[in-house]
Amino acid sequence: METLLSLLHGFTVALEPSKLLFCLIGVFLGTAVGVLPGIGPALTVALLLPVTFKLDPAGSLIMFAGIYYGGMYGGSTTAILLNAPGESASLATALEGSKMAKAGRGGPALATSAIGSFVAGLIATIGLAFLAPWLVEVAVKFGPWDYFALMIVAFVTVSATFGDSPLRGLTSLFIGIALGLIGIDKLTGQARLTFGVPELLNGVEVTTLAVGLFAVGEAFYVASKRSHAPEEIIPIKGSLWMTKEDWKRSWAPWLRGTAFGFPIGALPAGGAEVPTFLSYSTEKRLCKYPDEFGKGAIEGVAGPEAANNASAAGTLVPLLTLGLPTSATAAIMLAGFQQYGLNPGPLLFAEKPDLVWGLIASLFIANVMLVILNLPLIGLWVRLLAIPQPWLYAGIVVFATMGTLAVNGSPVELAMLFIFGFIGYLMRRYDYPVAPMVVGLILGPMAEQQLRRALQISLGDPMILLENPISATLLGIAALALIAPFAMKGLNRFKASED
Amino acid sequence: MTNETRTQGADKPALIVGVLLLIVAALIGYDASQQTITSNYGVGPTAMPYVVAAGLTILGLAHFVVAFREGLPKPDAADGTALLWIAGGLIFLIACIGLGGGFVIAIAVVFACTARGMGRRALAVDAAIGFVLGLAIFLVFAKVLTLILPAGPLEQLFL
Repeated sequence: METLLSLLHGFTVALEPSKLLFCLIGVFLGTAVGVLPGIGPALTVALLLPVTFKLDPAGSLIMFAGIYYGGMYGGSTTAILLNAPGESASLATALEGSKMAKAGRGGPALATSAIGSFVAGLIATIGLAFLAPWLVEVAVKFGPWDYFALMIVAFVTVSATFGDSPLRGLTSLFIGIALGLIGIDKLTGQARLTFGVPELLNGVEVTTLAVGLFAVGEAFYVASKRSHAPEEIIPIKGSLWMTKEDWKRSWAPWLRGTAFGFPIGALPAGGAEVPTFLSYSTEKRLCKYPDEFGKGAIEGVAGPEAANNASAAGTLVPLLTLGLPTSATAAIMLAGFQQYGLNPGPLLFAEKPDLVWGLIASLFIANVMLVILNLPLIGLWVRLLAIPQPWLYAGIVVFATMGTLAVNGSPVELAMLFIFGFIGYLMRRYDYPVAPMVVGLILGPMAEQQLRRALQISLGDPMILLENPISATLLGIAALALIAPFAMKGLNRFKASED
Repeated sequence: MTNETRTQGADKPALIVGVLLLIVAALIGYDASQQTITSNYGVGPTAMPYVVAAGLTILGLAHFVVAFREGLPKPDAADGTALLWIAGGLIFLIACIGLGGGFVIAIAVVFACTARGMGRRALAVDAAIGFVLGLAIFLVFAKVLTLILPAGPLEQLFL
């Protein structure tokens, strides 16, 4: 009941005309950028973060929610029409979606993906609204040691689930943590790893790292192997609308996809890859027309798309209640919160209920807007796909530099962007995952603070981490997750590649 | 796949990554050893750097092991000229902003160089597109978002 009241209050915030406008702009921009090939939601959010700089916190976070959902929807469009998934979460969608598009059923594929995302987003956001307050109550009792253990779990799962090799994942993570050391230590004021450069005292901006690795790195990478043929856009033929048969075959996969996506997304294990592929294989098994799989079965689009969207709402659970980002997108969202001096966590629910519940309510609204906006505008998005690749990447690099300059207009920041871009290129070239580095940069300093706080309370006794049941259990899980990939190579099937 | 690399000896990229990781670890360790502020109880600001340095050392050594086993994935040949065009554009951008040349010119050059790196052969046209794009972005930021991007002589005309 209390949740419903809070949620209703949230709607009164989110339904203000100005907030609705922000949400609409966010959904529109998010889709427009997300639809560009090679750009996933994480990069969409990172590139558009500076645009929200001068808005008030509530407005910009609402715009953010719209960008996030819009970016995901745009990614599915690219996956279906180009067979070029911009991020790993739409890999499963691309499998059947592009086949449907080739068979002249691109319209229904996009429709089931849009409506499936809507259904999943709606259910998952309800889940978020009811799970979050409960988790907040649990989280209030968490000590610094528990937070530290939770972050270790996130570290391990993020670096082990992204990419094929735990060694390369952990290397990426540790470089990120090392970058997080740069700057003034918050507890003592000691300058670390600044080498006398004053611009480094404030540390490395998360957005600079993310945009450098994802955007500039991708531009370098694509340019370096340019010999490949241009991607072919599959034109949409026939009706946009789903037939009665399509509806009948879609609703159950939507619900099952949501059931996979939300809980897995809410775990501090990160990523929408596992639920999307689980959903894909489940639908393949349950489908009444199994021979259609591989030729364009609508279930293979409906399920994974729902799972994708549900898990996106799921990742907001640990982000909002614990301040724990479990995906690259969530890490950048956290950077967005921090830009306003807001720290997600149990306290935020108590101190800024307007903002938190307004954000949750606007997730509902963003979902509705996406359906209304995207089906009629599909022609526009398709035209965006046709931008010639040189202009597309030139534009991406321009937007990357624009974002960096808007945050911090110093040449040092630009030099970092350039260096991170080149590192991102080399990492792509040698198959190192880049997302763990972003998560390491943002979680590293937080983990350090929690650990030091815990050790201050225990007067320096590290056993405090193992004496508390919650932190001990979490550390045990982390240890298991670290060893498991080496022990069971067979799990490779669910290993994800990332944005 | 292991046989093939073993006959060629160690995998060079993996060795280089290993060495780089060790250098970074040494750098972090050295920086921590030079710090002067300590904490009275609990752990001070040097603890985490040492932990990270230790982790990086282990990962660096693990790369040496990998270098003598399967090595890193073998990438395709890279188009060096394309990389140079994009890198050149970005370096010009840094210099242009650093020396006060302003946002619009920097963006025009970056746009043209990146498009060139991606295979277009119309440097002048692309520079013009980049110029218009840069000016549009500058004006939107200045007038709508009241955020002034780095301004040079050209941008002053519009402020």
